[in-house]
Amino acid sequence: MLKTFPKGGIHPAENKITSSKAIKRMPVPKVVYVPIAQHIGIPSEIIVDRKDKVEIGQVIAKSGGFVSSNIHSPVAGTVTKLDMIVDTSGYKKQCIVIRTDVKNESNFEVQDFPLKKEITMGQKDILKHITDSGIVGLGGATFPSHVKLDLKNDNKVDCLIINGVECEPYLTADHRLMLERADEIIVGIQILMHALHINEAVIGIENNKKDAVKALKRAGQSDKRIKVAALQVKYPQGSEKQLIKAILKREVPKGGLPMDVGVIVHNVGTIFSIYLAVQYDQPLIERVVTVTGKKIENASNFWVKIGTPIKDLVAEVGGLPEGTRKIVNGGPMMGKAIKNTDVPVTKGTSGILVISEDEASRQDPKNCIRCGHCVFVCPMGLEPHLLMNLSEKGLYERAASEDIMTCIECGSCSYVCPSHRPLLDYIRFGKSIIKKLNTAKN
Amino acid sequence: MSDSVLYSVFLLVSLGIIAAIVLYVVSKKFYVYEDPLIGEVDDILPAANCGGCGSPGCKAFAEKLVNTEDISELFCPVGGNDVMKQVSAILGKEVAEQDPTVAVLLCQGACEVRPKTTLYQGPRTCAISAMVYGGETDCQYGCLGDGDCVAVCDFDAMCMDENTGLPVIITDKCTSCGACVKACPRDIIEMRPRNKRDLKIFVGCLNQDKAGIAKKACDVACIGCSKCEDICPKDAVIMTDTLAYIDPIACTLCRKCVEVCPTHSIIETNFPPKKVKKPKEDKPKVEKQAIKKVTVANTNVESEKPKTDA
Amino acid sequence: MADPIIISASPHVHSDRTSKRVMYDVLYALIPAFLVSIYVFGINALILTSVAVISCIVFEYLIQKYLLKTEIAIADGSALITGILLAFNLPSNLPIWMIIIGAFIAIGVAKLSFGGLGYNIFNPALVGRVFLLVCFPVQMTSWPIAVENYLSLDAVTGETTLGIIKEGLMYGETMTTISEKIPSVMELLLGITSGSAGEMSALALLLGGLFLIVRKVITWHIPVTILVTMAVMTGVFWLVNPELYANPLIHILSGGAILGAFYMATDLVTSPMTKKGMVIFAIGIAIITVVIRLFGAYPEGVSFAILIMNAFVPLIDKYFKPRRFGNKIKSKIM
Repeated sequence: MLKTFPKGGIHPAENKITSSKAIKRMPVPKVVYVPIAQHIGIPSEIIVDRKDKVEIGQVIAKSGGFVSSNIHSPVAGTVTKLDMIVDTSGYKKQCIVIRTDVKNESNFEVQDFPLKKEITMGQKDILKHITDSGIVGLGGATFPSHVKLDLKNDNKVDCLIINGVECEPYLTADHRLMLERADEIIVGIQILMHALHINEAVIGIENNKKDAVKALKRAGQSDKRIKVAALQVKYPQGSEKQLIKAILKREVPKGGLPMDVGVIVHNVGTIFSIYLAVQYDQPLIERVVTVTGKKIENASNFWVKIGTPIKDLVAEVGGLPEGTRKIVNGGPMMGKAIKNTDVPVTKGTSGILVISEDEASRQDPKNCIRCGHCVFVCPMGLEPHLLMNLSEKGLYERAASEDIMTCIECGSCSYVCPSHRPLLDYIRFGKSIIKKLNTAKN
Repeated sequence: MSDSVLYSVFLLVSLGIIAAIVLYVVSKKFYVYEDPLIGEVDDILPAANCGGCGSPGCKAFAEKLVNTEDISELFCPVGGNDVMKQVSAILGKEVAEQDPTVAVLLCQGACEVRPKTTLYQGPRTCAISAMVYGGETDCQYGCLGDGDCVAVCDFDAMCMDENTGLPVIITDKCTSCGACVKACPRDIIEMRPRNKRDLKIFVGCLNQDKAGIAKKACDVACIGCSKCEDICPKDAVIMTDTLAYIDPIACTLCRKCVEVCPTHSIIETNFPPKKVKKPKEDKPKVEKQAIKKVTVANTNVESEKPKTDA
Repeated sequence: MADPIIISASPHVHSDRTSKRVMYDVLYALIPAFLVSIYVFGINALILTSVAVISCIVFEYLIQKYLLKTEIAIADGSALITGILLAFNLPSNLPIWMIIIGAFIAIGVAKLSFGGLGYNIFNPALVGRVFLLVCFPVQMTSWPIAVENYLSLDAVTGETTLGIIKEGLMYGETMTTISEKIPSVMELLLGITSGSAGEMSALALLLGGLFLIVRKVITWHIPVTILVTMAVMTGVFWLVNPELYANPLIHILSGGAILGAFYMATDLVTSPMTKKGMVIFAIGIAIITVVIRLFGAYPEGVSFAILIMNAFVPLIDKYFKPRRFGNKIKSKIM
């Protein structure tokens, strides 16, 4: 029996259409739009101005605080304007618009970065490189990575978990990366273990990616400290808390962090960027994005420069198919629907999912028939039906005492509800109000 | 037979006596002294329990009025100056007069002038759809049209206009409690001073985008051209880069700005029609309708009511 | 652009499990029992079921259209199921006008007056049945005997297994003598017995119940707990004095225990929503049933037990919460 987390979870149709498509390189876009709020925390501060020439990899916005991150120019070119454009949040946000210099050859050189196994850097240098390279969690949460690695408090970390679960349907970006860059990922893990003095690392991969499990086992066989754990396929196993529970049977306490149980979790994509940052001094300016959808002609995985408008990606796979009604940035369970394809790829974009008419529409909510399935599938042991009712009626304090804040917003409840009730919509709303009330109190 | 009657009478009487004793003892023992002034003040207050004063209800506000030394900062917006004067007479404390206000909607992005570019699916409340994204239109500053303000209004002073998709404030019923202002996630409802005959002039737009983008999203958006600022004799127009705001205190309601506004985003309500009708000809028709509707709604309260979409 | 892009919050996919599918799964699960009841009671069962179903649907339609003036929700299939379950709980030779009254009580009083599907506290079909049982005790307890009377409308009536036992014990007979009068366990299992229309064949009911569990409409918690608790309780009494108390197998296979455990107690709306709660709920039903059967005035007690426990559901939901992830454990610092 494969390992998994014990409580709740669902198994939506996997639809991993692109799992056999090798990662292609996107042509360099003519214009990139780089938002300054690509990560959780304080937005970065712009340090370039209009008409400035920027080099590839140059810092264009610097970290605005501890929980923040540097942003680098993905191309060499000229800053044409600092504008407000709609990003994945659905609101206009500040962003830096850079026109690619077509004459500058550095834009078109494809660097190969041969495998470099020796770790020459010291602990401090490694952490500094990670901080400076603007690395954030590439699984979708976009939490600045250096914050997770900052072990100032007394918490002793004894295990590093690498998240290669990719439990979201459709997405295959991490899967392909693990297949194609297994050796680099292992080195990346070794770098982190070296920097943090950890002697155990487990790579968690769902068993629908048997080839990735094999690839990483082969790449990591020389290092006895690194194990690969094949996990039962179940959503939301990619959530930190569920993954730790599945692999180590440790339970992160309510309101706590993985560090509280001696664990640090990083996504495989993040590990790969850490490898590039430390071994080759490469900042985070591109990432793997799955562009997919049932009706997309050439759905595939791509190396994409941060800031590339999504319309370029869509054009690359053959354009929007007829009857497209929804475009999602991310996976179908947790991704955000976007207004149009002008929205740029950010550090958190793991996929672009194009949904056509027949599946895009939500059905009208009906009465709750108290079937209890939302309770059964909730991985956090909550009662979504109750939380929805409480936040609909404005009983926020009771909702807080029913642990609404521990909700990880995986969407399993809304997914299974036979009455199509917008459970997560209301829970999210209740959470935002409680957050506001709490900040008002302090 | 007579025994049983006697028994039951005796039983009931003794029960009554015991209950009376218990009630008496309890009421003495647990008596809480309450300042009689609180009751008196509470009687004067409008008993709307709307929370517009900041207290959770009229009784709580009465307590606050009685127990606070200096009540010049406290004000009941629903009762207004009359009520506050009576409170002052009872308590012998100074109250500050405040000008009566009324809620106005700073958006006129009706369906016709502000096309919807996306379709939102989910709970139809402004608060939740505002969390998901910037709204169905391309203007992320304007009205979302899901009627959170209408839902919170305790005085039936708001309703949704089905034709425009915007809420309508029925000025006569508005008590300026401010519930709608708090409920609106976009902050497009403003409390402005109530003038004579309910005359109002204000910029009905909050779009901070640059002129082109704003105009593309909405025909009646303020594009920040500052023509109104130039023409205003009283310097009542405050300009930011992209948006004009009319200071209600400095404004003398001369209506000069209304005419010069190229996008007709300055709204005038309840003014008698101007003599010179010529320049209005080239206004787009839809726009004229939108303004008219507001005026109509303000005057003919009853005729508007059946349209209310509950 | 004809159709604008849709924006909604995540998740953007939905399982194919809808209210309608859940309702129709229940319907399919009832087919085997229905066939058995037609085989046993003939045309009467068909008339009973169709009258109950039609009147339930008609009442729902009329009340929603003319009294409540709400959206008409007969398409969700819940009235249909209430009708079938009501029919399954009635004797097949009940006069038609009584069936209609039962349907009215079930739909009008037990369901719609509480706010419709999802808001009713008590199982509508059982409220209908219990109302009839209390109002018309004679007609409701004269059960047609299961002889092969396919087309005859006047069936011979007789008592149910549990009724015979209860009466026998009252007159001081022992189980040994009574057991000669009642059907064998095998007969109970296959359905050659007398009783209400749907509770005939334990086997057919089990089959449907299994289907429901496989389709994830219900979980095993309620039915299994009810049956196990009942078996344990009646078993203890039987072991103490087999001459005074019936064999647990008889208890489980007769008196609508299986119908109640799989179809009535598991009614989604009127059962608890957590698994812990379900177990408590089921134990309560089993205890009350056994107490009524062994010590009460009625030979059968499942309907009453379920209705009584229905009233406790809000309380159970309040106090038996699922275990919260990461709650009440100290952070283990390694």
